[in-house]
Amino acid sequence: MAMAQTTAPATGDAPPAPPAPEKDGRTSERSLVLRLLARPEVGVLLGAAAVFVFFFATAPAVRQADSMATILYQSSTIGIMALPVALLMIGGEFDLSAGVAVVGSALAASMLSYQLTQNVWVGVVFALAVSLAIGAFNGFMVVRTGLPSFLVTLGTFLILQGVNLAVTKLITGNVATDNISDMDGFDQAKSVFASSFDLGGVEVKITVVWWLAFAALATWVLLRTKFGNWTFAVGGSKESARAVGVPVDFTKIALFMAVGFGAWFVGMHQLFSFNTVQSGEGVGQELIYIAAAVIGGCLLTGGYGSAVGPVFGAFMFGMVQQGIVYAGWNPDWFKAFLGVMLLGATLVNLWVRRTATRR
Amino acid sequence: MTSDTTGTTGTTGTHGAILADSAPDDGDRPLVELRSIGKSYGNIRALHGVDLAVHPGNVTCVLGDNGAGKSTLIKIISGLHQHTEGDFLVDGAPVRFGTPREALDRGIATVYQDLATVPLMPVWRNFFLGSEMTRGVWPLRRLDVARMKETADAELRNMGIVLDNLEQPIGTLSGGQRQSVAISRAVYFGARVLILDEPTAALGVKQSGVVLKYIAAARDRGLGVIFITHNPHHAYMVGDHFSVLRLGTLELSAPRSEIGLEELTNHMAGGAELAALKHELGQVSGVDVEELPEEEELQPGAS
Repeated sequence: MAMAQTTAPATGDAPPAPPAPEKDGRTSERSLVLRLLARPEVGVLLGAAAVFVFFFATAPAVRQADSMATILYQSSTIGIMALPVALLMIGGEFDLSAGVAVVGSALAASMLSYQLTQNVWVGVVFALAVSLAIGAFNGFMVVRTGLPSFLVTLGTFLILQGVNLAVTKLITGNVATDNISDMDGFDQAKSVFASSFDLGGVEVKITVVWWLAFAALATWVLLRTKFGNWTFAVGGSKESARAVGVPVDFTKIALFMAVGFGAWFVGMHQLFSFNTVQSGEGVGQELIYIAAAVIGGCLLTGGYGSAVGPVFGAFMFGMVQQGIVYAGWNPDWFKAFLGVMLLGATLVNLWVRRTATRR
Repeated sequence: MTSDTTGTTGTTGTHGAILADSAPDDGDRPLVELRSIGKSYGNIRALHGVDLAVHPGNVTCVLGDNGAGKSTLIKIISGLHQHTEGDFLVDGAPVRFGTPREALDRGIATVYQDLATVPLMPVWRNFFLGSEMTRGVWPLRRLDVARMKETADAELRNMGIVLDNLEQPIGTLSGGQRQSVAISRAVYFGARVLILDEPTAALGVKQSGVVLKYIAAARDRGLGVIFITHNPHHAYMVGDHFSVLRLGTLELSAPRSEIGLEELTNHMAGGAELAALKHELGQVSGVDVEELPEEEELQPGAS
């Protein structure tokens, strides 16, 4: 029921705003429509509503609350990572290592606790340290060398991909980690990272709650704290930010570490929902996160975006991914569909921004 | 003005303290003084033997052609570079700044032509960027949006800048307005000496007028202003003292009472070069060479 409620606004409020901007020469007062469109998340809200309506109409299975819960779960695993990736993008940087960092974090937790201790929480804490360290390394390399983050994190991506596989094989003799489900603290950790609860007869995954909570936190940080202000500034104009006393290096490193935190969280979710981790996974996910952020209205070059947008961006992904299944289509089409969506969303964003910021 | 900044972060606090310090100043001592200052980059002498004094409530204009050493001079004062000869005094005490932050902490603010704002951010966020006002204790410490908007609006109005909407991205403002916001920001955050690096160079006639107005407003608030330009007409409208740089040395240093616009223009262009130019123009048909100096003196100022 509540799931239906969460998404209801997407359709219920289906914007009465016909995107018909007046081309007036006034600089002082802009119409409500234009001011609404100037918000970075409005374009993606329209897109998400359109995708939802489309599948709601063509795939009857989507109309059940159970399916909605699955769609939201799917979205949340993308969405939790898309948030810090979006913040980082607003801060003007990329992280291509985000996908394998998730798996790396899960591997670290799993193997350390299995090999050395009895309690999974030791591994969880260790994995957090590893993830934050990877983020800090990325950030430090970017601010110190001045190299494009694309290059630096491409390097980290390849390193992590190799390390994940090699270290796992070295320690377990296998490409997957051992099952940790009978260890101390597993149930506890599972209830935090991978449990589900009953909501009006529908089983909802806890990650959905975390996702929305993180989104609220990210929005608050971005719009109402100094750090958020600095994030926009370092992404919008690094030199100007430095000239007025913004700690540019600190901000960028912290943003990379936030991505590390997200990777840790999703990694823990994967570990505690499947009990074991496949070391070769995660490749390609980083592009999904980046795409969700871009669809969510974040400017690829930095300095513009929101935390709410990527929530809808991730929802669009989850919706399409599951919607195709529910509609009974060949799931092979998923990526093609995504590509079209990405291009479409980017074009809409471009148009919206030009219209809205035109004087 | 200082009371507004109390309760904000460290940066602003420091500026407040500086303002309090400067209160008992006798009005005549220069805020910033350069004594036969020079700068060499390896074996290249970019600047040599330059004297300059900036008094509170005065506009000191530094003029010069491209490559005359204007940029080097500002970079020394704003803390980006260090001088290699002579003395640099702030409030009578010799200093040597390592970073722009140090200069800023002594109340010397530089407004660069483009290096001051983040185009996609709203005006009020730009105004307070790097020195945001906050409220609440740490985990919940948040921006005091209402107070920042109010203060930014009031400060901008004080300088005579009226904007309809502080939420609009600063990139949508005109060049002159943006420059003015940057100036009023520097004034608000406790600048005692304002260095303006060719603020009118990229602007049209009307917008230059707007910026000149704010320079005058800043001067009337008791700031020492260093106005770098290569337009003698703009300089003469607001300047109290004129220094003309030429090939790294001071060619002219005179108070307003001792120099007229024509002489200034002459110095600026370099008398000999102007004569040569006149000669060249004389060979182009249709240019009335005889009238030239007076025409040049009158026209841009009037239009």
